[in-house]
Amino acid sequence: MAYRSGDTSPAVPHRVVVTGAGIVTAHGCGWQANADAVREGRVSLKPVTLFDVTRQRVGAAGQVDLPDTMPPHRLPPRTVGRLDRGSHLLLHALHETLKSAGWTEGGMDEKDTLLPVPLCLGTSAGAMTLGEEFHRRTLAQPDRRGGQTTRALFYQTHTQSVMAARAFGITGPVTLLSNACASGANAIGHAFQLLRRGQAPRALAGGYDALCHLVFAGFDSLKALSTTRPRPFDSARDGLALGEGAALLALETLEHATARGARILAEVTGYGASTDLHHLTQPDPEGGAALDSMAQACRMAGTSAEGIDYLNSHGTGTPLNDSAEGRAIQRWAGEHVGHIAVSSTKGGMGHLLGGAGAVEAVISLMALHEDFLPPNVAVDAADAVCTFALVQRPEARALRAVLTNSFGFGGSNATLVFRKPPGFMASTASIPSMAAALMD
Amino acid sequence: MTHRITIAGIGAVSSGGWGVEALWWAVTRGLPPTLAETGTLPHPSGDPALARAVRRVPKPDPRPAFLAHPRLRRASPISHFAAAAALEAIGPERLEAIWSGGLRTGIVCSLLNGSVNYSARFHAEVLKDPATASPLLFPETVFNAPASHVAAVLGITAPITTVLGDTAQFFPAVETAVQWLLDGLVDTCLVIGAEEADWLTAEALALLAPRAVLSEGAGALLLEKNGPGPLLAAIYGPHPIQQSGRKGAATALFADIAAAWPAAQGQEPLPEAPGPLLVTDCCGDPKTDAPTKSAATASSWPGLIMHPRTVLGEALGASAALQSVLAVRSLADGGSSHAAAVAVAVGGNMQAAALEVRSGA
Repeated sequence: MAYRSGDTSPAVPHRVVVTGAGIVTAHGCGWQANADAVREGRVSLKPVTLFDVTRQRVGAAGQVDLPDTMPPHRLPPRTVGRLDRGSHLLLHALHETLKSAGWTEGGMDEKDTLLPVPLCLGTSAGAMTLGEEFHRRTLAQPDRRGGQTTRALFYQTHTQSVMAARAFGITGPVTLLSNACASGANAIGHAFQLLRRGQAPRALAGGYDALCHLVFAGFDSLKALSTTRPRPFDSARDGLALGEGAALLALETLEHATARGARILAEVTGYGASTDLHHLTQPDPEGGAALDSMAQACRMAGTSAEGIDYLNSHGTGTPLNDSAEGRAIQRWAGEHVGHIAVSSTKGGMGHLLGGAGAVEAVISLMALHEDFLPPNVAVDAADAVCTFALVQRPEARALRAVLTNSFGFGGSNATLVFRKPPGFMASTASIPSMAAALMD
Repeated sequence: MTHRITIAGIGAVSSGGWGVEALWWAVTRGLPPTLAETGTLPHPSGDPALARAVRRVPKPDPRPAFLAHPRLRRASPISHFAAAAALEAIGPERLEAIWSGGLRTGIVCSLLNGSVNYSARFHAEVLKDPATASPLLFPETVFNAPASHVAAVLGITAPITTVLGDTAQFFPAVETAVQWLLDGLVDTCLVIGAEEADWLTAEALALLAPRAVLSEGAGALLLEKNGPGPLLAAIYGPHPIQQSGRKGAATALFADIAAAWPAAQGQEPLPEAPGPLLVTDCCGDPKTDAPTKSAATASSWPGLIMHPRTVLGEALGASAALQSVLAVRSLADGGSSHAAAVAVAVGGNMQAAALEVRSGA
């Protein structure tokens, strides 16, 4: 994969498809649990028990009930005991992804089976809980170092991705992106570009973030958390709920997937990224950079608003984000805006920050694969910016292509476009095989 | 499409001072007398016994005008260092071109630790009472704050990204920038490695590499396609640190580099040029340095070897960037200039990687 001056790259980019996915959110662990919850518009926010929230304005979030057991992996028990919560979320999603893609030919329990694929991940908070603990102890007991060396090592964000790779014998290069709430989408876009260029025939990509006190208090200090209930695109919305989780995709070139007879969930057709200079934490009210990101992705996909049947919005539920994104959607879709089905799925599971882009990519794939529109929960009166078709109730609909937006602090914007796989006959024919792949 | 990426500019802020020449001077002739002695970072309790060694970036004199930019007024030092290195690498003419919309420039920012000063301050406030923690501090704690500030100062709206990794991460970051150029996403691309020092980081480094001295700063390369500047000849690796550990990754890396030398390809080396300069990641901590030293020795390196971190200190995510800037700078050192230079790093637990530059002539 390394660069050499004088090398050449293919004139025609490779087509890239999704052959597996894994997801963990407050809705549950796995594709089916999340697809069921998203399809019916369930709200899975609950009181936070991971840290003390009694001095915060808000006490609820999309906290995950982690399974009691770890998936099969290769890490020594001592190492597992050192991992933070974000790593556990990541391992569950990665396990499901590998299994659903059928990439574990020799079985994940076999110690000699290696997977030489790139791993591209996105996160915002990383292993912050370990950093918090390291800091607490240095302040409280500076002369006692028990466990501090381990915390100093495992707090480093890249250690999470290194451990995830080791857990499943992944020996390819690891890339870790941190562009705030666009990180997960950027990681998928990065892997997509690697495959398009022919730098690898397959890759794993996604994002994750766990709830932690510093970030919770940070969003609370900004008064960005809803003190009522998160209601993206509602005219009376008052903020977001935080969430946690992880999601990954198994990506392959179309040739590679076809050659091995893989089940194809969707084709990745477009990726766009842009930078909003308006403010470190506030978007351009006219959504200029968001528009640029969507336009780039659609240009790469060879489509336009008319070709997109569903848009999974960033839709945090903060007054500024939703109005800016709404303006961007209006400008992007033009006269077609009234026909675009749009929803935010953050009202049900919270905002997963660095994991959001990947989780919402998987939700978009669920909608595309199982032909439904995920509803935007808790809207009493839609904001005036919603000149698009805001999805407010569960609805079955045949979808050809979907677009998902992710925007973050620092002005990081990313957009992904997926469409039904090449040669797709009828989506319902594929559902049993997806479920079967994930059953045991 | 044939790949030919060149280096259009370099920039640096280090414990040697502000600018590439201050860095070059410090490494080739020693730190200025005012900086030669290691300073200390006090523990928050004020207990002098808990102070940690550090080689800080000296305060700029005079203070550069760009630090008055609204985005930088409240920003952490890491953003100041990154912006200074980026501006030096870009230069005034290209900056005009960016501002006029005529030069699409991307940013790939490589970090290990990030804005730790603000993170520690904000967390200290959370520990005291989360209900009164400052909303001014929190946004500065995100990893991509430095890249965002640099983009705002330079007026860049093209893609920017922040990559995290160990002390070798800068080289894969350069590879990302190369691919953006080859994909036509940008006309030029800045690759920045930056870091800032604080007591908490010094404490962690003391646990992981006890003989190293923490430092800070930023290095930047500006890349373009087919320019007149030095050639980015190769990026080696990354070789993931897996079962064979850091030593195995270092051995694989040096084998990779040696395989690309003219002799290995049946070509005669240029007779008038000195052997390639090796700019290592050795920081003075024996355990940390062992894999690089061992692999370099085994390779019978044919040129001079430079260990800048032993002079500048260990600047974590910025160090490999500073090594790369030194490698480029060495190609233009008057009569003793090298025809080629290689910067290498064997990270703590993620990867080993390197970058080779050659004279553009």
